[in-house]
Amino acid sequence: MIYTQSPLAIGLFIAFVLFVLGLSFYLARRTSSAEGYYAAGGNIHWMTNGIAFAGDYLSAASFLGICGMIATSGFDGWMYSIGYLGGWVVALFLIAEPMKRLGKYTFTDALDSKFNSKSIQLMAAISTLLVSVFYLIPQMVGAGVLVQPLMGLPHWVGVCIVGVVVTLIVATAGMASTTYVQFFKGAMLLIVSTTMVVMVLFRGLSVTPENDGQPYHDFTTLYTDSALVLEDSSYRVIAGLDSIFGEKGFVKLERNNRESIWKLHPTDEGYRLEETLFTTRLNDGTRLFNGAPAEEGRFFPVGHIKELRVGGEEVAATGPVGPFGFLSALTESTIVLWGTGYVSDGDGITTIYYQKPTPGSQVLRPGLRFKVDNATPMEKFNFMSLMLALFCGTAALPHILIRYYTVPSQAAARKSTIVAIAGIGFFYLLTLFMGMGAMTSGVINLLDNNMSAPLLALSFGVFLFAIISSLAFATVLGTVAGLIVASSGAIAHDLLDNFLGLKMTDRVKVRAGKISALVVGAIAIYLGIVFEGMNVSFLVGWAFAVAASANLPAILMLLFWSKTTARGVAASITVGLFSSLGLILMSPDMWLRYGKLPADAPIQFNSPALISMPLAFAALIVISLLTQKDVNIGHVTEPSGN
Amino acid sequence: MGHGPAVKLGKDNAASFKTSLGIKMFFGYALFYLLFVMLNVFYPKSMEIIVFGQTAAVVWGFSLIILAFVMAVIYNHFCTQAEKRYNN
Repeated sequence: MIYTQSPLAIGLFIAFVLFVLGLSFYLARRTSSAEGYYAAGGNIHWMTNGIAFAGDYLSAASFLGICGMIATSGFDGWMYSIGYLGGWVVALFLIAEPMKRLGKYTFTDALDSKFNSKSIQLMAAISTLLVSVFYLIPQMVGAGVLVQPLMGLPHWVGVCIVGVVVTLIVATAGMASTTYVQFFKGAMLLIVSTTMVVMVLFRGLSVTPENDGQPYHDFTTLYTDSALVLEDSSYRVIAGLDSIFGEKGFVKLERNNRESIWKLHPTDEGYRLEETLFTTRLNDGTRLFNGAPAEEGRFFPVGHIKELRVGGEEVAATGPVGPFGFLSALTESTIVLWGTGYVSDGDGITTIYYQKPTPGSQVLRPGLRFKVDNATPMEKFNFMSLMLALFCGTAALPHILIRYYTVPSQAAARKSTIVAIAGIGFFYLLTLFMGMGAMTSGVINLLDNNMSAPLLALSFGVFLFAIISSLAFATVLGTVAGLIVASSGAIAHDLLDNFLGLKMTDRVKVRAGKISALVVGAIAIYLGIVFEGMNVSFLVGWAFAVAASANLPAILMLLFWSKTTARGVAASITVGLFSSLGLILMSPDMWLRYGKLPADAPIQFNSPALISMPLAFAALIVISLLTQKDVNIGHVTEPSGN
Repeated sequence: MGHGPAVKLGKDNAASFKTSLGIKMFFGYALFYLLFVMLNVFYPKSMEIIVFGQTAAVVWGFSLIILAFVMAVIYNHFCTQAEKRYNN
């Protein structure tokens, strides 16, 4: 519809895949020990590890999801960037060096370093697997979402391509190949995103954004009297004020056998009608886009400035502009955002996207997505809970934490985290410009805002689009590789080796890890296909909330409270895991997915961290105090002596 | 049980100093983050105030991201000095 299948994008993606596969097979010859497979031998340079951190962390949710959210919701999308980056401060100041000191291959190692407790081994491994799978699903779904428009292939093919390639990468050389895939992907992401932002700033802002030389759609405004008699007599009213459309504030018109829907705005003389975009799902399942099948291409990308102001004066275009000039011009201007309305009539359900001119000063502050103005206590609670989960989730993600085992020292762990903060923080600054650039460049697909960054690139030509698209695939590859390493470690090392006590030789441990990677890869492919259509950022939010609740209280109390016991740690993981999952399953968002009304959900918030995290802390403290006589451990801030 | 580090680590005499410094710096950043969240929750209009041509929300966002990096560099500086002082 509004996508181009680019041979260049396909070629670049294939070249990247061949490169990483070649690298994986090369590194596989040097990966015969368990240290080599699970921790890349522990000798990765801190600078390489820092960029690999960025490659691991900046997933499809960051690159596609945040840019898309900023493009449609302004500053509220950038709140995710701020929260995610804040999480790295927790990782640096509290977690990085102790993780390196205490663990060997997995997150469970660190938690269990002083106890050798079966309950910790089991619960931490389950938590690792659950968090990793929640994170895996949206990445795999993202792969399918990308491959459909870019290569013209079905969703399941995209999922299979990414699943097979990543499983091969991990099963050949484990953490070594994963590290270098993430390093290249992280470096490419920073370079290409910077290039795109420079191009956005060089092009500047305009009220008539061009899309690779194509003029932007010219939105029509019609005027009527109070009886809805149109000044332009070429239009005929087919659903007026007394129809179901009229009740919802719209009218349906027809001209030259083409139907169109218009938003009603009362004026002194009658009505002003603003053109809309709409999709219709007919009762027989057929989908129409602006009244026609998708192949006719009537549904077009949107996003423009209604009134552009610089220094208080209205202008048509700014020309090249600096980063702060770009943002201040947007702050002064009026930007057209898009509201959504639903009308159900005898033919089917119509979703209508209508123009909502909004002052830039409101776009560049919270409130468009999160309800903060005149919010109810529950809405305030939900917002605070989300910001807590974003802040605390990063330092508890198992696939991120295992990167600390790949460097040779605690100082290297610390320095690689600082490189990660620099790289990820810089990327998150860029997301604001990419998202706002997409919002005002006529490139937003209202049906799927995840494609905003690739479509912004397309507005500069097919070459940049091809690079960004292949990079989006690489983004999925890098993150999924890290997740499969974490999951295979949880199965082979935590469950088989430690929990079940199978006495495995070094060679067998590596083989078990590779077989686990194959199994997890197959599961990931299956889930990626089954969850087609699920919002990419939805499950990432789950993963953060569950990780923050199940893992962070346990690791923090282990490090900083000397009375922590093995049973306390296991109880904390159990309570955090199941309370966060239970609250999510009872949330309004899930009620909607069950096909019920969100208002009927047992709880009225979507983010559970503000309840489940304190519960996990409380469980650890109470159980630890009750089991003091069982185990006496010292404060674990000193080296384990290994 | 096979939990120790994958590579042999020497004894780090600076660990206590680094832990203490890390906790202090964490609370410093967390307070700044908390203030940002609370302003959004209880005084959302304050985020629309124009400061140096930008909304206060944008200024806060840039500040939080840049502050994280600046604090990280300062933390590393003092940790490196402590490692030299205590481990040599």
